[in-house]
Amino acid sequence: MSEYNFTDTAAFHGVWVFCEQRDGVIQSISYQLLSEGRKLANDIGVELCGVVLGSGVEENYLKALGGYGADRVYYLDSPLLKDYTTDGYAKVLCDLVKDKKPEIVLIGATNIGRDLGPRCAARLHTGLTADATHLDIDTGKYVEFLKESSSLDLSKQKFDYEDRNLKMTRPAFGGHLMATIICPRFRPQMSTVRPGVMQTQEYDEAAAAKVVVENVPVELTADDIGVEILEIKKSAAKMVDLIGADVIVSVGRGISSDPEKGIALAEELAGVLGGVVGASRAVVDAGMISSDHQVGQTGKTVHPRIYVALGISGAIQHVAGMQDSETIIAVNKNETAPIFGVANYGIVGDLFKVVPQLIAEIKAVQAAK
Amino acid sequence: MKAIVCVKQVPDTSGKVAVKPDGTLDRASMATITNPDDLSALEAALELKEQTGCEVVVVSMGPFTAEGMLRECIARGADRAVLISGREFGGSDTFATSQIIAAGINKIGVGPEDVVFCGRQAIDGDTAQVGPQIAEKLHLPQVTYVAGIKKEGDSLICKRMLEDGYMTLKVKTPCLLTCIKELNTPRYMSVSGIFECYSKPLEIFDYPALKDDPLIETDTIGLKGSPTNVFKSFTPPQKGAGTMVESASALVGILNDKHLI
Repeated sequence: MSEYNFTDTAAFHGVWVFCEQRDGVIQSISYQLLSEGRKLANDIGVELCGVVLGSGVEENYLKALGGYGADRVYYLDSPLLKDYTTDGYAKVLCDLVKDKKPEIVLIGATNIGRDLGPRCAARLHTGLTADATHLDIDTGKYVEFLKESSSLDLSKQKFDYEDRNLKMTRPAFGGHLMATIICPRFRPQMSTVRPGVMQTQEYDEAAAAKVVVENVPVELTADDIGVEILEIKKSAAKMVDLIGADVIVSVGRGISSDPEKGIALAEELAGVLGGVVGASRAVVDAGMISSDHQVGQTGKTVHPRIYVALGISGAIQHVAGMQDSETIIAVNKNETAPIFGVANYGIVGDLFKVVPQLIAEIKAVQAAK
Repeated sequence: MKAIVCVKQVPDTSGKVAVKPDGTLDRASMATITNPDDLSALEAALELKEQTGCEVVVVSMGPFTAEGMLRECIARGADRAVLISGREFGGSDTFATSQIIAAGINKIGVGPEDVVFCGRQAIDGDTAQVGPQIAEKLHLPQVTYVAGIKKEGDSLICKRMLEDGYMTLKVKTPCLLTCIKELNTPRYMSVSGIFECYSKPLEIFDYPALKDDPLIETDTIGLKGSPTNVFKSFTPPQKGAGTMVESASALVGILNDKHLI
């Protein structure tokens, strides 16, 4: 590499968000990342750029990225970029990074982002953090975050308040620990970010009008792409909308003795509460329910009005995915289950006995209204 | 033709997880298993072997104790194994790990018909990064989240899962695939496999064996060389416990009072 020197950290400026589109529609994760990226860019006084790769993406979609925080949008248009391919996207994104040298690149941890991110990081010779759930540059803000979210004794810790590295925090070891990752020697600092974690800021009409959209010429030929797309199918079965759900009734390992009955009870309870059924990783991994129901680290992050945890022990990775729910109700046989530590209301008991009683009681209350 | 399968020995994070007072994982006290997605990768390779008669080589990077896991892979049907092991490799992040494994695969040799199989992600790190990073280092096309594979001439037709559906992709060999558990049901070890697993070859690639490979940069491997470092690790604070309720009817009463139902 002649001019592009990934160790010359001072040569890199600006925060970038890879804004994923499918079928020409910008995905909501992009708005979440721009909102978060805006705060990071403000902390160090740099520009926030959204990068869109696609074909015929409408101008108003590109402008809208400004409304969620972008100062500038790089748009790269080519028929070869209409649908995602690893080779096409990685080449175009890496070439742009080498040309413009951003100090931070954020990518949504979707099935596409988790394919693109590592390919690019390896090519750009830099580190990549997977599935971050919290980002900080400012050390003061990071220390505040630790005060709230860790059991560390901060009085014994020293911090460098001049530090300008991106501190990327993620669940580790199956979610039993949290780890903050830094990439001090190489640039850009890259992270994929879990969908649903970062809050989308309010749309700013004036900012959308001001955003600079730059069309960047694309140097890409069909020969650059080693994989041929034969077909793209949207799943016919309706995916469970956990993220938008008002009430979620989730099942865990506690249903193992009779998974079918356990799930049927959860469905019935979700039915009377007007909600949907979620699940812990253990239940999904055991094949008792499909993975679109999964709440937690590799699943979804949810904040419903009511979250009912049935037979879920409460591993950190699951808790990380649901702790911001407004009211958490836990039913577990084991009175020492960690889930009771985050629940507003807990019942120690066998879910196969408790849930039918709950359903009957709720129906009675509803009938009386 | 070869199928090269990357496997990892991981602590069983679905069981009891022990955390030391300094906030790191107490690996010594935890049981180890073969990473579940990697078993799907191995199964896919064994199915390819049944169709084509190809050789199946399993590769792992880890401590010497990972030999047992590699012997189990042989007992499931793999032909030979390579263990990449060296003090210099310890503490590597995904970038560093992928260089080392890519160098190991280079040493095994990737022929024009060969396929490298990985699991989508390991349950201890959950990054899903090492597969694509190996593919980049080896200049192989990649398909991730693979839930279906059909061989057609010199190509593979793969079903790649998306959150809202799937893509069908055609990729020419040599290539790298990362497999998810929906792809297949991994077979068990066979009795004859268990009987023979210690008579099949298992090679060790240590630091001296790999350090001269052009894919390895000796200053970006191991704990010190890795681009990313752990700045802090911690456990979340215990929240104040909520209200324990005696019965379903008491709970429904509270929910009703608070207008939650």
